[in-house]
Amino acid sequence: MTDLAIETHGLVKIFGEHRAVDGVDLAVPAGGVYGVLGPNGAGKTTTIRMLATLLKPDGGSARVLGHDVLAEAGAVRSKVAMTGQFASLDEDLTGAENLVMLGRLYGYSRLAARDRAAQLLDAFDLSDASDRQVKKYSGGMRRRIDIAGSIVVRPELMFLDEPTTGLDPRSRNQVWDIVRALVSVGTTVLLTTQYLDEADQLADRIAVIDRGTVIAEGTSGQLKASVGSGAVHVRVADPAQREEASRLLATRLSAETTLGSDPYSLTMRVTEPTAVPAALAALHDGGIVVTEFSLGQPSLDEVFLALTGEHVSTEAEEGVPA
Amino acid sequence: MSIDTTAAASRQGMDAKVIEALGASERPPAASPITSSLVFGWRALLKIKHVPEQLFDVTMFPIMFTLMFTYIFGGALAGSPSDYLPYLVPGILVQTVVMITMYTAMTINNDIEKGVFDRIRSLPVWRPSLLVGSLLGDTLRYTMASTIILLVTLALGYRAPGGILGVVAAVALLLVFCFSLSWIWTLLGLKLRTPNAVMGVSMMVLFPLTFASNVFVPVDTMPGWLESVVNVNPVTILVDAARSLMDGEADGSAILTVLVMSAVLVAIFGPLTMRVFSRKS
Repeated sequence: MTDLAIETHGLVKIFGEHRAVDGVDLAVPAGGVYGVLGPNGAGKTTTIRMLATLLKPDGGSARVLGHDVLAEAGAVRSKVAMTGQFASLDEDLTGAENLVMLGRLYGYSRLAARDRAAQLLDAFDLSDASDRQVKKYSGGMRRRIDIAGSIVVRPELMFLDEPTTGLDPRSRNQVWDIVRALVSVGTTVLLTTQYLDEADQLADRIAVIDRGTVIAEGTSGQLKASVGSGAVHVRVADPAQREEASRLLATRLSAETTLGSDPYSLTMRVTEPTAVPAALAALHDGGIVVTEFSLGQPSLDEVFLALTGEHVSTEAEEGVPA
Repeated sequence: MSIDTTAAASRQGMDAKVIEALGASERPPAASPITSSLVFGWRALLKIKHVPEQLFDVTMFPIMFTLMFTYIFGGALAGSPSDYLPYLVPGILVQTVVMITMYTAMTINNDIEKGVFDRIRSLPVWRPSLLVGSLLGDTLRYTMASTIILLVTLALGYRAPGGILGVVAAVALLLVFCFSLSWIWTLLGLKLRTPNAVMGVSMMVLFPLTFASNVFVPVDTMPGWLESVVNVNPVTILVDAARSLMDGEADGSAILTVLVMSAVLVAIFGPLTMRVFSRKS
């Protein structure tokens, strides 16, 4: 039991009529990154808020680092930190002031809090912006200062709620580096995201949440394997040839093709990867010009599609039952 | 995923520094409730420093109100503006400061909306310190507003018969009352959904409370039914007490009543606020 950073059984939170979290079971091992993946409104943030003792569950139980979130909320709070859309720094204050304030609240002396703030600002590449109000920070700086605020005292468990939503690729990479650094010093990170590649890149294990319940759990490899052994992605040079390409491939690989919304692309799940080179040759013989052809594991996007029966980016408010 | 080499190098540098910064943190002993309250008070001061516009309410309003009431009503109510001042000053002092207590609710509501509230609630600190600290900051605002009114009226020719001591005592009493009254606003700030709703509700409470009182005119000029209402208005009692102190004829029973009212306010709304605060979802 001590090896689990988080353990929940049938966690429930109801807002009015809406069951935002509807029986979530999680077993998050200590150390590493655990990804919670799901579309908007899946219940990710609500789950995190309950685990961080900001919200009382309406049902089920949750233990964080061995402490019950209800009975031992104080002990939980002293060991975790939370960063995300709903836990923010004071925008009117400067970056340095925010960090000094947090340092003082954690119990540092005035001087030690100031030193610590300077060290963190330097480490997060924010020294130049230390005396600027946080509301004037760019998106990437904002996310970094938010994270810096959470590690004034290194937490044993850190909740990162959609840390890269809305960031440009460079800022996103910086946040990813910080997450890896956190893990390297022994902090467990629970990360929610709606980006499949983010979960794929960072997380050791992933729970896929949809409509308040966990619909799949495992390593990204396991999740992908559950869908099929491999996927072929093809891009044709001329959209008019896509139908023909699809027909040829379907025959050769005896698998069903999926036509992407992009008129050039098509995808298929294959069970027999050895037949793939012959399929490529067949396309060539058929006079179809291919600009991209790849064989690989299915992307988490496809996993999600297979699990929910619905494409993530077109996720509707009310839709098919899970 | 291709990154040019300098960017990659700077990322490497950042990594090393982040790891070092993470390793360097050791957990200090928890902050005491007093420290954390003071830190939140400091935060309120910093906010005043960075957003001085928020002081508009505590600087311009008092000046405007004092000048307007002195010169517009002074002649009609007391024969001349200068004759009205001794009556008006304690009243306008109370009215202005009581009015600005509602910003307590606005501040808390803003914190909730912006997510600052959640961040602070996830810290291992004595939870009420956020409220106590912002009330300390607010008390500073009240002091500033009081000082401004006193300076303006001093310039207009007001000399308190009770002397500096009487004025200081009156302001101190006012601060005690407003600090206690603010607990109502912290509760409202937690309960209501938007800053606009907070504004609306507090205006609805504060306007009748401050105007249906003896701030501007003596109670005995009012119709009998209103007189009995106004006489039990806490603001009336507070103005009576402040007036007596500034006039140098301390009214012990009024002062005592104000102190008892303050204690009752804190006793009721303090625990109630804390209950809502820790349950807030």
